[in-house]
Amino acid sequence: MKHTLTFLSTLLLAVVAVQAQESVSFSREIRPILSDNCFSCHGPDEQQRKAGLRLDVREAALKAAKSGAFAIVPGDVKKSALLKRVNSSDLDEVMPPPKSHKVLTSAQKLKLRQWIAQGAKYEEHWSFVAFAPVKLPAVRRKDWPRNPLDHFVLSRLESAALAPSTEAAKAVLIRRVTLDLTGLPPTLAEVDAFVADTTAQAYEKVVDRLLKSPRYGERMAIDWLDAARYADSNGYQVDRDRELWPWRDWVIRAFNDNKPFDQFTIEQLAGDLLPNATLEQKVATGFHRNHMLNEEGGIIAEEFLAEYTADRVETTAAVWLGQTFNCCRCHDHKFDPFTQRDFYSLKAFFHNVPEKGVGIYANPIRQNAPPFVKLPSPETEAKLAALNGRLKTVNDQLSALTNRSVSGIEEWSQRVSSAVVKWEPVQLLTASGGDQPPVIDATVATLEVGPQETRPNTLKLTARLPAGRITALRLECGTTATAASFQWSELKVAQHKLRATAWGDSLASTETEKVLDNDRKTRAVLSLKPDRPVQAVFEFEPALAPTNASREVQIEIGVENAGGPSRWRLFVTEAQPEVLTPAAVEAITKKATASRSAAENKQLAAFRISQQPEHRTFNDELGSLKKQVAAAENEIPTTLVMEEQKEPRPTFILMRGAYDKPGTSVTAATPAVLPALAPELPRNRLGLAKWLVSSQNPLTARVIVNRFWQQVFGTGLVKTSEDFGSQGALPSHPELLDWLAQEFIRSGWDVKHLMRLMVTSATYRQGSRLTPALRERDLENRLLARGPRHRLMGEFIRDQALAASGLLLDQLGGPSVKPYHPPGLYEQITAGNGYNTYVPGKGDDLRRRSLYTYWKRSVPHPAMLLFDAPFRESCTLRRPRTNTPLQALNLLNDPTYVEAARFLAQRMMKEGGSTEETRLIAGFRLLLTRPPSPAELKVLQAAYERARTDFTKDMEAAKLLLAVGSAGYDAKLNLAELAAYTTVASTLFNLDETVTKE
Amino acid sequence: MSPQPFHNELSRRHFLGRSATGIGAAALASLLSPRLFAATQPPQFAPKAKRIIWLTQAGAPSQLDLFDYKPGLSSQFDKDLPASVRGEQRLTGMTAGQKRFPVAPSVFKFHQHGQSGLWLSESLPHTAKFADDICVIRSLHTEAINHDPAMTLLQTGHQIGGRPAFGAWVSYGLGSENSDLPAFVALISRPSGPTNAQPLHERMWGSGFLPSRHQGVRFSSGKDPVLFLSNPPGITPERRRAMLDDAATLNRLHFAEYQDPETQSRIDQYELAFRMQSAVPDLADLSKEPADIFDRYGPESKKPGTYAANCILARRLAERGVRFIQLYHRGWDQHNNLPSGVKSQCHDTDQPTAALLAELKGRGMLEDTLVIWGGEFGRTVYSQGALTKDNYGRDHHPRCYSIWLAGAGIKGGQTYGETDDFSYNIVKDPVHIHDLNATALHLLGLDHTKLTFRFQGRDYRLTDVHGEIVKPILA
Repeated sequence: MKHTLTFLSTLLLAVVAVQAQESVSFSREIRPILSDNCFSCHGPDEQQRKAGLRLDVREAALKAAKSGAFAIVPGDVKKSALLKRVNSSDLDEVMPPPKSHKVLTSAQKLKLRQWIAQGAKYEEHWSFVAFAPVKLPAVRRKDWPRNPLDHFVLSRLESAALAPSTEAAKAVLIRRVTLDLTGLPPTLAEVDAFVADTTAQAYEKVVDRLLKSPRYGERMAIDWLDAARYADSNGYQVDRDRELWPWRDWVIRAFNDNKPFDQFTIEQLAGDLLPNATLEQKVATGFHRNHMLNEEGGIIAEEFLAEYTADRVETTAAVWLGQTFNCCRCHDHKFDPFTQRDFYSLKAFFHNVPEKGVGIYANPIRQNAPPFVKLPSPETEAKLAALNGRLKTVNDQLSALTNRSVSGIEEWSQRVSSAVVKWEPVQLLTASGGDQPPVIDATVATLEVGPQETRPNTLKLTARLPAGRITALRLECGTTATAASFQWSELKVAQHKLRATAWGDSLASTETEKVLDNDRKTRAVLSLKPDRPVQAVFEFEPALAPTNASREVQIEIGVENAGGPSRWRLFVTEAQPEVLTPAAVEAITKKATASRSAAENKQLAAFRISQQPEHRTFNDELGSLKKQVAAAENEIPTTLVMEEQKEPRPTFILMRGAYDKPGTSVTAATPAVLPALAPELPRNRLGLAKWLVSSQNPLTARVIVNRFWQQVFGTGLVKTSEDFGSQGALPSHPELLDWLAQEFIRSGWDVKHLMRLMVTSATYRQGSRLTPALRERDLENRLLARGPRHRLMGEFIRDQALAASGLLLDQLGGPSVKPYHPPGLYEQITAGNGYNTYVPGKGDDLRRRSLYTYWKRSVPHPAMLLFDAPFRESCTLRRPRTNTPLQALNLLNDPTYVEAARFLAQRMMKEGGSTEETRLIAGFRLLLTRPPSPAELKVLQAAYERARTDFTKDMEAAKLLLAVGSAGYDAKLNLAELAAYTTVASTLFNLDETVTKE
Repeated sequence: MSPQPFHNELSRRHFLGRSATGIGAAALASLLSPRLFAATQPPQFAPKAKRIIWLTQAGAPSQLDLFDYKPGLSSQFDKDLPASVRGEQRLTGMTAGQKRFPVAPSVFKFHQHGQSGLWLSESLPHTAKFADDICVIRSLHTEAINHDPAMTLLQTGHQIGGRPAFGAWVSYGLGSENSDLPAFVALISRPSGPTNAQPLHERMWGSGFLPSRHQGVRFSSGKDPVLFLSNPPGITPERRRAMLDDAATLNRLHFAEYQDPETQSRIDQYELAFRMQSAVPDLADLSKEPADIFDRYGPESKKPGTYAANCILARRLAERGVRFIQLYHRGWDQHNNLPSGVKSQCHDTDQPTAALLAELKGRGMLEDTLVIWGGEFGRTVYSQGALTKDNYGRDHHPRCYSIWLAGAGIKGGQTYGETDDFSYNIVKDPVHIHDLNATALHLLGLDHTKLTFRFQGRDYRLTDVHGEIVKPILA
């Protein structure tokens, strides 16, 4: 860029020198100077305006300033105070003032002078100018252009006296276009077929095939996911999971189906508002639920609602309009003609979602913040139907049982009322586990348990039970603090089965069942007060027979969180289980038969029936079925969506952007400086979406085609693809940009048409070699005298390794997966709540495309982050492309690449023919498509020979290397050879050419 | 891009003819490595500090129990904080529902230390030995009241993520002094006690919109101090060297054909990676440290990954020319059980911090090392939850809190700024985080108004449009 700018401005100066009378362009030459140096004090922001002088609008600039002086007098350089001030050597006088650290060059001052001399004409900022028909420029080399696009490029090259590069070799070209359109390298068969195809349309056939590949949608989605700030976690400090991958899959399908971009826009911004919106169209609206969501305790909902809606405004403005609206959240824009009112008027479109502002901060963990939709698969729906059917049957049978008369109630009732249940304290011998080990106070057989962090903890006890028959166990839990809580998830007595029951004022069995179900997510939550211990009673099933001596048992108590200290005591009894009844039932048994009410009789009978073995069997099945239904329900994916609440929330201009400083009220409106929202369009998200893609809007098509260009050519025609404002870069080929934008609209926003246009152009098909001349004149290739060459995105690099080694699984969509990951990262950085460990997936999860990798905002996958992937906390429209040693370490040592190297080696040995040479060539071509040169082959052969000799002598090392990862290896192969090929494959993964599209 | 990623960026920008908006020629010189440019153009002002060690205490340590001595509070026990003091300060959702705001005097005794008579809590007996070296700012303030925005503000000068961390700015401005190590390193430790360890975020040492080579490299304990540093099993350094030579030969062949400087840069990066493979383990290997070092840093220092071990690493990084060394110790969020929580945190941090100061001093490095100790905000004078004579909790408090600085260019043995009787409002010499950052940059020889980067059409700074150098704390 730097070279280019220097070069371009040199060129420009030369032109100016030759043609001194040529008129100065306000848009291209003057506005950048004024914007960069003057607008922050003399621009659109009224609050900051100094001396009453405004320079971004001509009428204002020609008026007298507060001092009475005229900054600009058209045609009169002597009277124009602006020129006097910029040329002044007085430090108090000179503009821009020294403290701004901005300095005008003499060339810039000269430009300003010429411009004023020529009448100080203003022009609308280039990106806001309405489209006008663009004529194809004339070119001298008429045989070079393959489509209209090439005319613009060639004409520019010819005017700079540069010639385009020759077309890239076929093997290079097919790798380039396959990477660009699918994010993967071509297969050897595809390469061979293309090389062998000598027909005129051979290349176009390849392009058509690639555009039809399902991998195309996956590749196209990656940039869109950056733009949409897609992630699998909520962000901020708690950063727990969210579910939005069905939206991600919608994006992939939309690209594959070639959904016209205007429709793509409308459905994502306002699918829910379309007439008879389908479930798919609602899923599409997940676009604007991708923002972060704060779950931190104690936050103020209003503050974060303001953040989320601001994020939607800024993202919309950046993605479709290429404008930096974040600047006008707190004040009018300093450079571009957008006001704070514009910001909040846009916000009004996004402010009517029935959302809470705070994340869900409760269990279960897997929960989305409303609004969301459920997306059950047909299998789950069938499973649920079957389970619910059985559930009904069991329920019917249970009620039939309950309604049956039971004999002997009266006798049982008397046994209960006369029973005296004796509980014997259990002696505690040892205790361990938990964040702080529990302490036994033997004098009162009490266990003191301290507070426990939020995570699965297990307290382990050894207790001594008395010798006699034992039928039930009672736990008593209290606290010495003023209040405490205890989330109790598990109770286990080794070798014995327990059944939840109730006695007296103990917890109901429906509550205590939660500690017996082997599910740590279901918990009995004990609210403890010092004066009243909580009790829980469990029957031994079967009862423990009497023994000669006392016996030791191992007891485990699971706890997920304990706020404050608790103290526990255990008791056992030999009473008949049938007399263990809740206080309410016992009270009825104590009444005379005649004085019981009908309801009481019914309650008594129901309880007696619940003790019968048959009832217990059905009841157990009922419990199990309910769990299965809950589990199946929990399997149903959900996805965040937009909805509109009936009563619109009022929207105010927030002073300095502060959520608690509302100013004037505003209603939904599009920015005043842009073409108006048509009167027939609704004033809601649907109207806004249609306005964005209306043919009157000059920005959207320009901004979007520029980003697709950036995707293919590496740099946009407007380099600052995120900023089409006055501080952004000017287009390198303005007419080409306008032509493409209009062609895009004319084609019906046909994305595949646009992609085809670009990749089949002669411009794209050029070789990408630099020459000393080009390196000197246009290092960054802004003039496009050669094809694109730049480092691949992290996703491409990993996917390429998986594909070349044959590991890649071509399965489209689904929940995000967890590939290999350095251990310990989450533990160092993240919060608890069960989210502090990364558990890598197994098998197929390790070989999915990288866009399916689980994306945690506070700790994105390091292999992606190292290759410049964003955190996905906010909209990103352009990733940097750096070159660092940490990337080298990743490609050399990450088990992903070590394992892929082994698999590539296996392919070389199995599919690469029988000689060392053919095998090495096969490996090289699987990654780089082209065959190695003789010099390259020599290096590979020497490398292989050295490694083979080395590993033959050190088989231990060979086996260690081959054992990396979990996918195993083919033990039938010669292991020293396999290890040697593995190191060669690893070297191939680390070549500059491999990580580069060229 | 640049063949020397850990080296200076600006020189390249300068040479390539960018007009370097926001960085005047004189200022530019001050940003450049003195080795390269001292001869041709003197820096605008000489740096006092060559490096910063930022001892970040994550979760917000209580100023009332450590630094901001309020003897008058003992008579206010359990009385309500006067509404006039509380003013319109917003409360977090955690205490907004409290009916009372009972004043909780600190359980810790305060004493004067050193010749300067600096007041410090008894919970910092080791730090107290350096009372004459440290300058406590009692009047630091921030806008953010929740951890994530507050920590992000402290680190990047802005509450919302996306901007470069302080260390990334320093890496961008000054580069590394060591060609085998990054300029910015982050080290994280968890508390040993059962306190609430607030999470961190990779963005806190991220490079924001600066090129990602300036992001902090996190060194951790364990097999790989830097991610993916170790060769896979079976690959010895000799085998790795041979493989890298093969790759370099192939890359050079390709470079001859394509002539893309990126290829040359890639070759250099692989060489640097190889050097890091020996430099980093050597750095992280504490086994050769003499036994008395571990005595000085305390019993925890032998456990890799503890704050104490990280303090030893910090000194080793400083010795090797790393510019910005940032430690994070989690666990300072004492909403309840503050007295035991603070004791436990001080057990983790006090002795190692003091040992680090002692070692830097002993080696003559405190003269050109700026050490900063502090968290993201302060805590309330009133108790969160039940208040007893010996137990209480404190909620978040952004209006004022304490932090200390020591070393290069700092006038030790003083407190700066004053708060009211309740440590609730600042009554004298407020210092905003932007002021702190401006001052720290100043000590590095960087003018905070000139260290800018153009992003989305705007020249961004660490201090945004704010920041005043706090001159009275400078020597």
